[in-house]
Amino acid sequence: MSAPNKSYDPVEVEALKPEEIERLRDEALAAFAAADSLDALHEAKVAHTGPASPLSLANREIGALPPHAKADAGKRVGMARGAVNKALAARQGELEADRDARVLVEEAVDVTLPYDRVPAGARHPLTTLSERIEDVFVAMGYEVAEGPEAEAEWFNFDALNIGPDHPARSEHDTFFVRGADGADSGVVLRTHTSPVQARSMLTRELPIYVICPGRVYRTDELDATHTPVFHQVELLAIDEGLTMADLKGTLDHMVQMLFGEGMKTRLRPNFFPFTEPSAEMDMVCYVCRGASVGNPDRPCRTCSSEGWIELGGCGMVNRRVLVACGVDPEKYSGFAFGFGIERMLMFRHNVEDMRDMVEGDVRFTRPFGMEI
Amino acid sequence: MRVPLSWLREYVDLPATETGRDVQAKLISAGLEVETVEQLGADLKGPLVVGQVLTIEELEGFKKPIRFCTVDVGRANGTGEPQEIVCGARNFAVGDKVVVVLPGATLPGGFSIAARKTYGKTSHGMICSGDELGMGDDGSHGIIVLPPEHEAGTDAIELLQLVDEVLDIAVTANRGDCLSIRGVAREAAIAYGRPLSDPALLDVPAPNAYGHPVKVSDPFGCDRFTARTVTGLDPEARSPIWLQRRLQKAGMRPISLAVDITNYVMIELGQPLHAYDRTRIQGAVGVRRAERGERLTTLDGVARTLSTEDLVITDDRGPIGLAGVMGGADTEIDDTEGTTTEVVIEAAHFDPVAIARTARRHKLGSEAARRFERGVDPQAASAAAQRTVDLLVLLAGGTADAGVTEVVAPSAPRTITIPADHPDKVAGVTYGRETVVRRLQQIGCDVYGTDELIVTVPSWRPDLADPNDLAEEVIRLEGYENLPSTLPRPLPGHGLTGRQRLHRRVGRALAGAGYVEAPNYPFLGTAAFDQLGLDADDPRRTVVTLVNPLSDEEPALRTTLLPGLLGALRRNDGRGGHDLALFETGLVFRPTGQEEAPARLPADRRPTREQLAALDAALPRQPRRVAVVLAGAREQAGWWGRGRPSDWADAVEAARTVAREAGAELIVRADQHAPWHPGRCAALYVRVDGEEILAGHAGELHPRVVKAMHLPERSCAMEVELDLLEQAGDGIVKAPRISAFPVATQDVALVVEKPVPAAEVEAALREGAGELLESIRLFDVYENAEQLGDGHKSLAYALRFRAPDRTLTVDEASAARDAAVALAGARTGAVLRG
Repeated sequence: MSAPNKSYDPVEVEALKPEEIERLRDEALAAFAAADSLDALHEAKVAHTGPASPLSLANREIGALPPHAKADAGKRVGMARGAVNKALAARQGELEADRDARVLVEEAVDVTLPYDRVPAGARHPLTTLSERIEDVFVAMGYEVAEGPEAEAEWFNFDALNIGPDHPARSEHDTFFVRGADGADSGVVLRTHTSPVQARSMLTRELPIYVICPGRVYRTDELDATHTPVFHQVELLAIDEGLTMADLKGTLDHMVQMLFGEGMKTRLRPNFFPFTEPSAEMDMVCYVCRGASVGNPDRPCRTCSSEGWIELGGCGMVNRRVLVACGVDPEKYSGFAFGFGIERMLMFRHNVEDMRDMVEGDVRFTRPFGMEI
Repeated sequence: MRVPLSWLREYVDLPATETGRDVQAKLISAGLEVETVEQLGADLKGPLVVGQVLTIEELEGFKKPIRFCTVDVGRANGTGEPQEIVCGARNFAVGDKVVVVLPGATLPGGFSIAARKTYGKTSHGMICSGDELGMGDDGSHGIIVLPPEHEAGTDAIELLQLVDEVLDIAVTANRGDCLSIRGVAREAAIAYGRPLSDPALLDVPAPNAYGHPVKVSDPFGCDRFTARTVTGLDPEARSPIWLQRRLQKAGMRPISLAVDITNYVMIELGQPLHAYDRTRIQGAVGVRRAERGERLTTLDGVARTLSTEDLVITDDRGPIGLAGVMGGADTEIDDTEGTTTEVVIEAAHFDPVAIARTARRHKLGSEAARRFERGVDPQAASAAAQRTVDLLVLLAGGTADAGVTEVVAPSAPRTITIPADHPDKVAGVTYGRETVVRRLQQIGCDVYGTDELIVTVPSWRPDLADPNDLAEEVIRLEGYENLPSTLPRPLPGHGLTGRQRLHRRVGRALAGAGYVEAPNYPFLGTAAFDQLGLDADDPRRTVVTLVNPLSDEEPALRTTLLPGLLGALRRNDGRGGHDLALFETGLVFRPTGQEEAPARLPADRRPTREQLAALDAALPRQPRRVAVVLAGAREQAGWWGRGRPSDWADAVEAARTVAREAGAELIVRADQHAPWHPGRCAALYVRVDGEEILAGHAGELHPRVVKAMHLPERSCAMEVELDLLEQAGDGIVKAPRISAFPVATQDVALVVEKPVPAAEVEAALREGAGELLESIRLFDVYENAEQLGDGHKSLAYALRFRAPDRTLTVDEASAARDAAVALAGARTGAVLRG
């Protein structure tokens, strides 16, 4: 400095001295660093950045400075306050994180606690398995047909080529409904879901592709392998030019959908009045896939090491049934099959005792949930 | 049908190495359901020999009589010395030929024989009964006494044909021909491609006028009757071992020579036969329908009153047998006194329907009826008669009478015409004409024609009547296992119906709400209605009953789901599960009282619309219902706090859950209805076509019902008719307009008299509040006599108001609230709680 600065305010402003500003800044930073709680930090904040804090007061004094000194002092104070605010925010962040960590730790719970306030419900596996099968066919374009359980004998027997004197009629173990004054009512508890097929043919437009699930009745006492009330699913397809090969393909598709890729069925000749030709249908054992046959080291409980599991009966709809149901047998042919849901549930899900399926014990049903 | 493999081999030259299991597989693939292959004598090991009893010493001092015997077993024991054997049976004497098992042998069941000390003696082997040899018991439980001609020391395993395999075949109703060795042999011959030695191919003398006179008055019921006579029978003659053994293996008990022979020929050829003691027949044998009131005592000793539809065999006195079903006691061959020396053999063919009806009418199944019902080869009658005559001559020393009576109603062979490619079209396989013709010929058909085949079916296959019957024969012989796998292409379907989707949805919703599905049997009895406390004239007591229920206690079908479902509740509770929520959907059976048995319709054409309507009119109404039952805790207590017992409100809520799925508005009203608690029972209504219809009930069960049914305290239940809810459903949901303007909330507490239903107060508030009301919720019910006055309650509602187009002012919301309160006041007497 070669000459005295004539433009200086005659009063020396202590607070705005650079070293003073630095001191104030350092005090604030130290106070923030020393604050060990959010409350302490708040106090330090008020003390060092509040309206009455030295830095705020210094800031206010800038206005009193001569214009040429304002910029210099303003810059100095501004930088100091910036540093202070930044340190405050940083410390605030640190302390909040500490607090949050502490609180969240305190709020921790035992997430392994069990919760069964309202135990889950479930649908019966016979219902859901039946629906599962329906869905396989609905996806192919079939429709689900239903009918009454107390059914006219004509639908249950006569229309299906089981005339009054047919030996098969007496093999059906039928429940008969009592008529008025004990007379013949002409009504039975349906012994199979086949009457629904007859009703379908009489009421639906051709071609017909239906699946008929439902409850059926036979006069068997309940034991480990029999129940007087059980469930069947039957299928009926009536169209021009249907063949046994179509029947076989449809069965193969079904077991693949229900039991996985590579599954197939086998037909064995049999006799049913309502189909001709008729067959018994088996499916490859889905557990051992035939590997247990003749292999005593690897016995299969599911198929008793037979390699095949018996499913039910099937065949081409007998022309007499077509005639009774008003379908022209010269133009149309059809196939049908049917099997018991209980049996399939038993081998698909390892149910050992039929009674488990009919007693309504919630311990049996719950694990099956909503779908099967 | 039990078929001994040794017998089958007599008519088909099966490869010697083929086992029973091999034959089983072949026959199954040809369509005979061979259920099991029984291995006779599989674990049997000799020495088992013929012995002759030399001495018998009766041992005294034991609880039962015991014999110490010496038996000559030839050189079978290596020494030729008499074998010392202790025996408990008494049906033999010194000199009798018996079957002796020696030490070192093993009897069926793995029973090893060794010399052992018993009753103070050492027994070196055993004298055997039929049971012990696995021959089946003949009823005597005694040891076997053989005919005297067999040498001591002869191998008895061979003699008694103890080692064999027996195929047990479940013969289907259409294959009567396979109820004979002849029929099964024919199938086996085709399966193995070997020729059949048909046992029915016998030389039969031509009919003449000298046979026993026969008069058939009903040629439709009996189209063939052969009568043969054999005289000079030795009444002492017994069935030889081979005959007895074959009958035993086939599952029949040997009885007497003449009866055994008729049974034997029936099994061999499938033709039921009857042998009459000729001295007991008076005059000509006749066949006719029974006359009203006629009676007959059948062989089983039952005196039967005959129906005019029963086919009977007669002599001059009247009926002497139920044709094709069972003979009469009066003309029975005497097999106890052994006096019969002359027999008349009947080999006839009867109408299957007549036989089936008679067997059913008299609840009299017999081997003969079983065969006639399923179809017997009419052409085999004379051969069967001849075979019987031959055996009687051979085994009983008889003389065949020269007379041969044959009454035959004229009949033409049956033919079926099919296109040569018909089997191809049924199977979806190209077999070609040549294969079709060859296969049909194999089963005994005569086939003519090229493109159209004229097929004459064999007499033993009455089941072959339709083109598809012939197609099946071709396809099964070509192998079902060779059918290809193709898929038809149905037209697009309509998916599930609304009713079906609702049924599924309701199941899911209830399961989602914690209910477990428990389907139950529909059988019940009046006791169930008594337990439910139903009035005597309650319509639910009007039931469908069964003629033949499983239990006389439960002869009826359910009219409500509750008895079954409550039974499941009790069962679960009894097994230690006390917090229960169960549901069931299913049909109930509600007679209309208008059911009328329909006329018996033919099945050879489509019934008329009226006839079909008459069939449906015979049925009870069968609506689908859904029910829930609850007991114990609805919410469990646990670490989260207290639990909550299930109560009436849960039952009503279950109904709401179901109604919500159906899209139906449920109207709830107080009601008194069994089996519910009279103060805790809700009637559930829905609106169908503008009309309110009762759809069901819900609430807590009556304490008396709980007690009577042994249910957990405070059990609750709900039952509604799902079909009604479906009808009441709204259909497509219309989306509400959502306003983004702020909500104005106003709470009101209204005091009403206790009996006023909350539902009515809410309905009035809702109506009075008008369009601005967005929602209303009852958040508190408060009863306090001091503050509210006796017999009053306070209902506190939160009303939410909102406008679609603006922010509501406080005045607007208050005005709406006031209007709501005013209408509630006018309708229900509600006053604002001050």
